[in-house]
Amino acid sequence: MNNLLNIIAGLGSSFRSKMIRLGAGTRLFFLIIIYSADSFKRIGLTIREIYFTGVLSLVIIVVSAFFVGMVLGLQGYYTLEKYGSSEAIGVLVALALVRELGPVVTALLFAGRAGTAITAEIGLMKATEQLSAMEVMAVSPIARIIAPRFWAGMISMPILATIFSMVGILGGYFIAVLVIGVDEGAFWSQMQANVDFSNDIVDGAIKSIVFGFACTIIALFEGFDAPPTAEGVSRATTRTVVISSLAVLGLDFILTSFMFV
Amino acid sequence: MEELISINNLSFGYGESTLHKNINMKFSRGKVSAIMGGSGCGKTTILKLIAGQLQPKSGEIVVDGQVVHDQGREGIYNIRRKMGMLFQHGALFTDLNVFDNVAFPMREHTNLPENMIKDLVLLKLNAVGLRGAQKKMPSELSGGMSRRVALARAIALDPDIIMYDEPFAGLDPISMAVICDLIRSLNDALGATSIIVTHDVAETFSFADYIYFLADGEVAAEGSPKQLLASKLPFVRQFIHSEKDGPVPFHVDAPTYGVDLQL
Ligand SMILES: Nc1ncnc2c1ncn2[C@@H]1O[C@H](COP(=O)(O)OP(=O)(O)OP(=O)(O)O)[C@@H](O)[C@H]1O
Ligand SMILES: [Mg+2]
Repeated sequence: MNNLLNIIAGLGSSFRSKMIRLGAGTRLFFLIIIYSADSFKRIGLTIREIYFTGVLSLVIIVVSAFFVGMVLGLQGYYTLEKYGSSEAIGVLVALALVRELGPVVTALLFAGRAGTAITAEIGLMKATEQLSAMEVMAVSPIARIIAPRFWAGMISMPILATIFSMVGILGGYFIAVLVIGVDEGAFWSQMQANVDFSNDIVDGAIKSIVFGFACTIIALFEGFDAPPTAEGVSRATTRTVVISSLAVLGLDFILTSFMFV
Repeated sequence: MEELISINNLSFGYGESTLHKNINMKFSRGKVSAIMGGSGCGKTTILKLIAGQLQPKSGEIVVDGQVVHDQGREGIYNIRRKMGMLFQHGALFTDLNVFDNVAFPMREHTNLPENMIKDLVLLKLNAVGLRGAQKKMPSELSGGMSRRVALARAIALDPDIIMYDEPFAGLDPISMAVICDLIRSLNDALGATSIIVTHDVAETFSFADYIYFLADGEVAAEGSPKQLLASKLPFVRQFIHSEKDGPVPFHVDAPTYGVDLQL
């Protein structure tokens, strides 16, 4: 009986602390919005962060995209060939990338590459009292540190997802057309005829914006909220990856069920 | 004598605990005041309370006629614009080099043209003897050098109130004498109010105007160096003559040794 009570109490307290963190994260989001005007005055900061989160993520995005596209080309070809419709390979690769893999895989890579960097950097700034020092100099760390990283993430993520889809299609093209020998005209014309702008491309873009928001705000919050110790920062960094990944997959299911069903 | 900062009946503690009980302090314009006390007695915490980074449990802190913790964000920022603070561990911005660290407050709070900022930064760096290190990153500096850069940053805007958290820690005797002079001359030239947290008895007694001793969360003694040197309080005598035995405990509160060793 007592054990059962303990379990329920444990569940309750863990739920409660998660809710408190969710509330604190929401509060951080509103603070970012409030201080954004301030931070746009120093637009150089945001551009610098776009370089760190976006441009430096390009290599991993391009390489992964090419491989994902090639795998899609191979798998798709073998399956479609059984039904004698191997020309549809272009549609399959493009739809898979634009609707799902582009936004989702980009977001997962983004969380691992840029999200962890953001969390670790902000956590260490906090641990070494850099954020406190800024506060005492009457400069808001939200305006100066957090908001530029937020907007950089929001801008970078959709662009990265687009690049991912484009490179992935090239990967599929490379395998299907250049290696296997599917007819090039059929590859492109089927794709053009069957990928819809407002349904497929816009929906994919919406996904990438939502994922970008989730990954960036989670990384920022975890860093900002990290206990100011080496251990605290390392745990926060791990949490960024775990929570971002789960959030991306969960959100993807929800968005997909609204968009494509 | 005019008080720029006064702390009235302040109580504070992290979480449930109490660190400060009923503290009263006054810091006058144009004077260098020192706060001394054992490690962990809450000196850094007092500076953070004055800067409005922590909320007192009771009592109030008045800076220039305004109650710090009653201010909104804007109000607190307005008060802080008059302050400079040297953090105990420097707290330099690790993504900026030495020059940009010192220029940071100027770029944030003034519209000075870049060539003027350059002159001012070099002036401040020269004062702490680090003009030659302007291009270095904080990770390339020694502990003592970082605190000197942090000192230059704290005084970058010639603030009315300057708080130094252990400005002498990690300095060799020569730098120490220079920094001592610097603090004194800044204070006198600007008519600033300086608060120094320090353990260095000899230096403090030689140049502070007023000294507070903290112990057990209370002000255990206060007065000018002369008054304190003449003081008969055992606590003050122990601190000044650095005696191991006396009312100030070296150990943090603990059960007896036997209990911890499970004898
Ligand atoms: N963020 C914090 N959370 C909880 N307790 C803290 C925190 N910061 C300090 N303390 C505790 O408050 C007490 C006073 O800390 P403070 O840093 O003010 O000491 P100090 O007088 O500056 O010591 P030192 O001379 O060693 O720098 C210490 O016992 C410390 O354990
Ligand atoms: Mg301290």
